[in-house]
Formats: sequence, structure tokens, C-alpha cells
Amino acid sequence: MITSGIEEKTFVLNLGPQHPSTHGVLRVLLEMDGEYIVAAEPVIGYGHRAHEHMAENRNYHQFLPNMGRVDYLHALAFNQGYCMAVEKLLGITVPERAEYIRVITNELNRLTSHLLWFGAYLMDLGAFTPFLYCFDDREHILDLLDRITGSRLTYCFFRFGGVPADLDEDFIFGCRAFIKRLRSRWVDYHNLVTKNVIFIHRTKDVGVFTKEQCLLYGITGPNLRGSGIPYDIRKSEPYSAYPEFDFEIPIGENGDIYDRYIVRLREMEQSCRIIEQALDKLPNGPIMAEKVPKRIKPPVGEVYQAVETARGEFGIYIVSQGDVKPYRIKLRVPSFANLSLMVESFKDNLVADVVAILGSIDVVIPEIDR
Amino acid sequence: MDMVTQTLGIEGFRMIAGLIGVIALVSVNALFLIWMERKVAAHMQLRPGPMEVGPHGALQTIADAVKLMGKELITPEEVDRPIYYLAPIVVFLPVLLTFLVIPFSQTMIIKDMNVGIVLILAFSTLTVLAILMAGWASNNKYSVFGAIRSVAQNIAYEIPLLVTVMSIILMVGSFRLTDIVAAQSRYWFILVQPLAFILFIICATAETNRTPFDLPEAESELVAGFHTEYSGMRFALFFLAEYTNMFIVSAVAAVLFLGGWRGPILPGVVWFLLKVYAVIFLIMWFRWTFPRVRFDQLVTFAWKILIPLSFVNLLLTALALKIF
Repeated sequence: MITSGIEEKTFVLNLGPQHPSTHGVLRVLLEMDGEYIVAAEPVIGYGHRAHEHMAENRNYHQFLPNMGRVDYLHALAFNQGYCMAVEKLLGITVPERAEYIRVITNELNRLTSHLLWFGAYLMDLGAFTPFLYCFDDREHILDLLDRITGSRLTYCFFRFGGVPADLDEDFIFGCRAFIKRLRSRWVDYHNLVTKNVIFIHRTKDVGVFTKEQCLLYGITGPNLRGSGIPYDIRKSEPYSAYPEFDFEIPIGENGDIYDRYIVRLREMEQSCRIIEQALDKLPNGPIMAEKVPKRIKPPVGEVYQAVETARGEFGIYIVSQGDVKPYRIKLRVPSFANLSLMVESFKDNLVADVVAILGSIDVVIPEIDR
Repeated sequence: MDMVTQTLGIEGFRMIAGLIGVIALVSVNALFLIWMERKVAAHMQLRPGPMEVGPHGALQTIADAVKLMGKELITPEEVDRPIYYLAPIVVFLPVLLTFLVIPFSQTMIIKDMNVGIVLILAFSTLTVLAILMAGWASNNKYSVFGAIRSVAQNIAYEIPLLVTVMSIILMVGSFRLTDIVAAQSRYWFILVQPLAFILFIICATAETNRTPFDLPEAESELVAGFHTEYSGMRFALFFLAEYTNMFIVSAVAAVLFLGGWRGPILPGVVWFLLKVYAVIFLIMWFRWTFPRVRFDQLVTFAWKILIPLSFVNLLLTALALKIF
């Protein structure tokens, strides 16, 4: 600002790549007129790891751990998407119990992702305390998942044809206890955050995504549902054991930050419902399909599989040429589309709103960079 | 001793003793407040806070201060050097001077001036100058943002603060802080002026740049605002000034609304400090509960709500004084 001439009306503010509110290495160039934004341009790729290229040089098993590292916050959904795609190629049917375990762990993982978002988002808005309450809750889920999957963040739990470990009594008991506890905490969250005047003023009518914009940019997930479009792959293209559970798809009305926030909170409640039902109905049986070949060599073909992650539709497209390695893997990640629209919505907002909108989209940068 | 009092006079001796006392108080107070803030924050956030250094982490701030003193003073290449060096000093001086008139008890006051409250308000406004200097000299866009926000915010909140204080002055008829305390011999002013107290606390929070009005240093937006480019002891001075400012506004709140040093059994100074720390606790409570307001909302809130309200309060006070 100081070095630019007085006659210049706008200046460029560099937000990131190391900024406390970009949640990773996102860089946004903001063209500013005072504190108002004229134009915004994201610079991505700082966390590029060439996942798609790695897939081409590995066999199917070896690529599995990568899936936990694309979206580290909802790793199990990516696990599931990839496993389901490969299973489709191979024509394997996953046993029912394994599908239930997948759903339970997946929804728990969704809860961790939303809880982390909730805490981190309020920290963006300047409220530090909810962050630690959310992490306290999240810790319980991580302990539960750690018990079953063996890891706490970058899960690599699902296998082609099922899951490697069964649920035990302690997990089921701990899960029920956790859901009970989380439900009691929501009262506090709503009283302290949702009803807070400052919070409402910061989020209502800010960063509005219209339905048309969402469809144009291919927005998915809570961001789309916040704008009032009830599109959830768990319902619209049911996969795994989801058709067997009774749950709703919460939607917002205006598509502002507040709606996206409410949608996520209500989604957590629905996740709890799914987990409870799954635990109640948990069938007995094997957890691994029989006759899964040791050496995965799918027939020639192409397959697309979409799953609902905490951020939206994750689609994986695999082209097999009958080799041990996939010919091509394309990852369709939700955050990339979400980021494009977010940058649109920055215009004519304040710097403080940039942080508020950026947080409300819940982007995971490694997912964008892949 | 006699020689000292003869050459300086009793007032001069009082000044020097007071100055030493104030510098000691400022340092100890800042150490205590930082520890207190961390403990308050921790307990509100389901964690124990610092526990390692000293009993319940009581010596943690001293360890931190030692660490800060050992840090390299980094001066970025492009800064405006004279202003950059001067800002941490300028931020601290007015803070020290305000202690001149704060009555810790009936006798424990360095200089009982007849313009006491005006002096405090005047000096506390000077802090904004230092923030502007720091922000501008840092040659960093985020810092300039912080500084500009700070100026706008301080101007906006200074007015309701002054008008609110005016309503108390009207009741007492004196700017002298000891007179204000003396006027509260029967009841505390918070009982008759509850609205004024609320307004004062809001403005004081904004004046000291604390959440929910901590826009000049909003760490999630402006990284750290005006003191982004400061390191080591220079940063520590800003920090020290912030906490001392908090003490001052709380002390003024205690004098204006909570009866100053008045209280049964315990000595006056103990009561005074108890009240001050109670107000400080309230301000800390805000910080760990509320999200941050947006800049335009902050200014709108001041000009459209606080200023009219404070004038209404002033008018009502004047009317009430006329009638009763």
C-alpha cells in the first residue's frame, strides 16, 4: 500500500499461503479497494502430490493408502469410494456386516470432520473456546476409530471385498455412549454459538450462494444443501448399506453462511441417527468377501463411483486395461468446485468476510491440490 | 530522608516513590494478568492451562518474559525506522502516566489532581497514536489495516465513553477521582447508573482492543495486525501496554461505578484491587466466549447504538438530578 502510488485506486493483498485462516496452503490474491474486495484469484497447487499419477505407477493395493491422504479429514469416505470402484470392476459383493461397519466408521469420520470444521470455523470468526470443546468431542471418536482402524487421522481401513477388522463390544458400547454425550453437548453449542447475536450478524446474508450459481459451478455437499437443493449421494444414488437406514437430508433456505452452518450441525445429528440404527441392526456374518484375489487384476473396463464425503461428492473414475496397475484414475473432489464459487462470492465483501466465507465452505487444501 | 524531602518537597518525594511503585505494579500486574488470562481461558476451555513452571504455572509468564528478552529484535528491511523504533515506547508512556491519578486507596495516590478523569481519558487516547505509528511504519498491508481499524474504532468508541463518563461527572460535580469515590459513600453508582456501566464496559473493551472488538489485531484475519512485524521485547512492550491498559480501564470502572477503595473490614487498597480484577475477569470472560464482530458492524454499533444511548443516559441523568 505504501509503495504503490496514490493515484492507484486498488491494491493487491496477498492472503496466504501461510495465513492462519486459509486452513492449509491456499493462497488467495485479493484485489482490494480499501477493505472491500474487487476481485479474488486463488493460487493453488502448493500441496500438489500427484495422486492421480501415483495411481498409474502402483498396483491397486498400493494406491489404497493414498486415499486417506487426499482428504485427510474424511479419509474413510475416500477409502470407500475407491474400494467400491475396484469392487465394481472385479465384481465382488461385499458382505452385509462389512457394509454396516463401513457405514458406521464412515459416519463417525464424518462427525469428526464436521466437528473439526465447527471448531475451526468459530476460531476464524474469533471465538477460540468452541474449538477446544469440539476437539474434546472429536477425541472420543478418534479413540473409537483408533481402536478399530489402528490410526487416528489418515485411515486406510477398508479393503477390496470388506474390512480387515471386526467391531468389538467395547467399540459398540463406546459408540453409544459417545452419541449420548454428543447429543447433550448440542444444547450448549446452540445456546453459546447459534443464538449468539454477534455470530448471527457475522453469518446471516453473508456469502450467499444462489441455487443457480451452485448448479453452474457443480457445488456439492453441505454447501449445496445450504442453498436449498436436497442432493445427497447417500439418498440420490444410494450405495453401501445406506438405503437401509432412515435419515433426512437437512437443507437451508438462503444459501448464506448461517444456512451452511445449520446444515452441517443438523447433518451431525443425522449421522448420529445412522450410527445408532446401524449398531441396532448390525447383522452377523463375515466381514470379508470370499475369493478376493491376492493379486488384483481387473478385467478391461471403466468404472465411476461417487460417494458423499463431508464436503460433497467425491467421484472416482478408474480405467482398467486388464493390468495390475490402473491405466488412469481420475479423482473428482468436491472442494475444487466449492473453491471456484467461493472466489466468486468474495466480491464486494470485506476482508473479515473472506475469512468467514472461506471457513464456511470447509475446503481441504490437499484435496484441491491432490 | 530529611534531605530528600527538603530538596524535593513532600510532593516530589511522593512522585518518585509513586513512580517506582507504578513501574513495579505495571510489571507485576502484567505478569499476573497474562497468567490470569491463560488460566481463565484454560478453565473455560476444559484444560488446566500452564502447570509446569511454578505452582499452577504461576511463574510461566516470567519464563516467557525471559524468553522474549533473549529473542532477536528483528527489524524488517523496508520499515520506516525512526517511527518503527519509537512506536513501542510511545505505546507505553501514556499508559504509565495514567497511573498518576488512580486512587488505590484514600491516601495511596500519587497526585490527586482536580482533572483526574480527564487526564486518564486523554492519555489512554494516545495509545491509538502508537498503534497507528506501528502499523504505518511496519510497511505491511496487514499492519496498516490493523492500524486504520484501530483509529476508526478508537474514534468511534471514545465518544460514547466520554459521554458515559460525563453522566457520572454530572452526579458528582467534580473531575477529581477521590471526589467521585467519596460521592459513593452511601451507594455505588452502578446501582443508579446500570446503563452507564454497561456502556462503559462495552466501550472499555473496544478501547483496549479486546474480543469481541479486537479487530486491530484479529489474528485470524490480519494475522496479528499492527504488531505483526515486531519481535522480542518490542512485541512484549505492546503486549505489556495492552494488559496495563486493561488494568487502567478496569480501575476507572471501579472508581466510577464500584465505589473505588470503599468496602468493609479489608484495607482500601485490597478492595480496590479486588474490584479491578473482577472487572478484568469480566473482560476476559468476553474474550473467551464471543466471536469477533465485523469491522463495519463495529463502527455501526458505536455510531448508531452506543452514542445515542449514551446521550440518552446523559439527558436522563441531568433530568433526574434536576428533579430530585
